[in-house]
Amino acid sequence: MYDYNAFDRAFLAERNAQFRKQVERRIDGSLTEEEFRPLRLMNGLYLQLHAYMLRICIPYGTLNPGQMRRFAEVADRWDKGYGHFTTRQNIQLNWPKLKDVPDILDSLGEVGIHAIQTSGNTIRNTTADHFAGAAADEIEDPRPVAELIRQWSTDHAEFQFLPRKFKIAITGSPNDRAVTRAHDIGLRMVRRGSEVGFEVLVGGGLGRTPMLGAVIRDFLPKADLLPYLEAIVSTYNVMGRRDNKYKARIKITVFENGIDVFKAAVEERFVETRAQFSGVDQQILKGIEAQFTPPAFRNAPTEAFDAALADPVFRAWADTNLAEHRAPGYAIVTVSLKAHGETPGDASSAQMRLLADLAERYGHGELRISHEQNVILPHVHKSDLPAVHAALRGEELATANVGLISDIIACPGMDYCALATARSIPVAQEIATHFQAIGLEQEIGALKIKISGCINACGHHHVGHIGILGLDRAGVENYQITLGGDHTETAAIGERAGPGFAYDQVVPAIERLLRAYLAQRVEPSETFIDAFRRLGPAPFKAALYPEEARDAA
Amino acid sequence: MSRRFTPKVVTANDLLEGDVIYLTADDRWTRDHHAAELIEDEAHAQLRLLFASGQPARVVGPYLAEAKPGPNGPEPTHFREAFRTRGPSNYPHGKQEAANV
Repeated sequence: MYDYNAFDRAFLAERNAQFRKQVERRIDGSLTEEEFRPLRLMNGLYLQLHAYMLRICIPYGTLNPGQMRRFAEVADRWDKGYGHFTTRQNIQLNWPKLKDVPDILDSLGEVGIHAIQTSGNTIRNTTADHFAGAAADEIEDPRPVAELIRQWSTDHAEFQFLPRKFKIAITGSPNDRAVTRAHDIGLRMVRRGSEVGFEVLVGGGLGRTPMLGAVIRDFLPKADLLPYLEAIVSTYNVMGRRDNKYKARIKITVFENGIDVFKAAVEERFVETRAQFSGVDQQILKGIEAQFTPPAFRNAPTEAFDAALADPVFRAWADTNLAEHRAPGYAIVTVSLKAHGETPGDASSAQMRLLADLAERYGHGELRISHEQNVILPHVHKSDLPAVHAALRGEELATANVGLISDIIACPGMDYCALATARSIPVAQEIATHFQAIGLEQEIGALKIKISGCINACGHHHVGHIGILGLDRAGVENYQITLGGDHTETAAIGERAGPGFAYDQVVPAIERLLRAYLAQRVEPSETFIDAFRRLGPAPFKAALYPEEARDAA
Repeated sequence: MSRRFTPKVVTANDLLEGDVIYLTADDRWTRDHHAAELIEDEAHAQLRLLFASGQPARVVGPYLAEAKPGPNGPEPTHFREAFRTRGPSNYPHGKQEAANV
C-alpha cells in the first residue's frame, strides 16, 4: 500500500499546524463560529448533537495494522474507546473535545492518516471495492488509481468551493461492490481488447433526489483519467447550481441539462485539460503502482481448513464471511461489525488491536473497511482461517452474518447526527436481535437492509433490498419502507411501499414482509430480491399493510 | 392572527466540550435542562437569544427550543430535544453517563 513520501509528510504536518492555530484562535475568541466553521469542516470536524465529531479519512478503505492500532490508541486516549466506520469508508470519533483535535490529527499524521476533505463542498474520500487487489473477478487493483485521485484532489485549488460535496467511487471488478452508480462519478474498470480503461458514470447520488449515474464515457483510456475527471469537475463547478443547496449536486446539473449537453461541455473542456496534463500524472501513477504490488502469496496445503469445516460454528462463519480470492489457497475474510444487538460499524479499541494483530500475523499486513461497515482481511491463507476465527471469537468479532438480515447498514441517525430526523441505530439493533431470536436469519438468507435517519441517505436506504428511512412526522419518529433497491452492478432505486410506520411498528412490519417472502418463494435459493423482482411489489405491500389489503378485498 | 407563543428554552453546544447546554434565568449556562429558564414571552425570548448569541467564545449555535413546565423544571417537548438532554440510545454516553457516575 501507499507510503507517504517527504512531500506528503511535510504537507500534512503544515496543514495540521495551521489547523492547530485556527483552533487556538477560535478558543481565544479571535475567530467567530461563522469564521471557524468552514475551517474545521475542511479538517473533518463537525459539531453534532451531543459533541464534536471527527471524521477521519481511510483512503479507498485501505489500512495497515499500524494505522488501525493508532485508531485504537486515539480512541482510548482522546475519545471513548471506540470508533464508528462509515458507509464512505471513513472512521468517526463521536466524542472528541475541541482542544484535543489538533493533538489527535498530529497523532494520526504520524501514521499517514488525515481528515482533510472529509467534509465541505470538496472532492471527498474516493471509495473503492473493499475486495480490491484480492477479488477473483477483478481486472486490475483500482487502488493505485484511487491514490492518484486522492493526490490530485487533495487541496486542489480549483475544487475547494464546489457547488456541493463531490464523491467518487471506483471498482476494478465487473461485480460492483463500490455502489458506483450512486456516486457523483463512478469509475468501472473495463477491458477493450487488451487495453484497460474505465467506463465513466456521472450524476448518481442518493439523498432527497435519488438518481443512478449515467454513462458519460463507455471507454476512457486509463491515461486520460485525471484530465477527464478534471474536465467533469470543472464543468460542474461552472454549470452546477449555487442558488439552491438542494439542487446543487452534479446529479441535478446532469438531470436539468441532460446528459448530452453536459457531456458535450465536458468533452469540450477535456480538450483543454488533456493538453494541460504533461504526463507527469502517469509517472506518478507508475510510482504508486509499484507500492501496490501484490503480497507474496504462499503455496501451502489447506487440509486444516477442510478439517475445520466439520465444526458447525466455523462452517457457518466460513459460509457467510468468506469470499473467493484470486490466489489459490487464499480467502477474503469479512469480519462482521454487526454482532446482534451491537451498533453497526462500531469497533472497540480492543477489537481494532486484534484486527491489526491478525492482519499482521495472517493477512499480509492489510486491512480494508467496507462501505457496508465491516472490516476485511483481504489476504488470508485458508490454513490460517481456523486460528483467525478462534481469535475473532475472543473479541466477539466472529458473527457469521455477512450478507444476512442482521448485516445492516445504518447511519448514526439521531443518536449522534445533528441533521437526522429519527434514530437508525436502535432500529438496526432490534431487527438484528429479533430475527435471531425467532430463528429466521439463516432461513431468510441473502438480504440487504439499509437504514437512514434522514433523507440525506447516508445509510443508502434507496439501494437496500429493504430500505428504511426515519423521518419526523409531526414530532414523532416515523419510518418509511422502500422495496426493491439494489446497490450492485444491477443498481436500482427502491420504491416506497406506502405510509410510514411508528418506531415500535417497524420490526413487526419487516417480519410480516419477510414471512410473505418465505411463503411465496419458489425455493430457498430464491432470494428476497429475486422473489421481489418476480412477483412485483403487490404481495409485499399486502403484507406490510394487511388492513388495507383486507379493505380492498 | 399570529400563532400563540409557546414556551421555550435557549440551548446551544459548549464551545470546548461540544456538550448540550441551556441558558439559566441568572445568565449562567447549565448542562441540565431542568435548570434552564423557561421563557413564556416572545419578546423576552428574543432578548435571551440575543444575549446567548453575544457569547461566541463560550457557546456555539444558540437557538430557542420548545419546552414545557414540569415538576422539576422545564422539560423538552420534541424527541430530538429529549435526546439532547440524555445522549445516544446505543451506549450510556453523554449526559446520561454523567448522571450514572
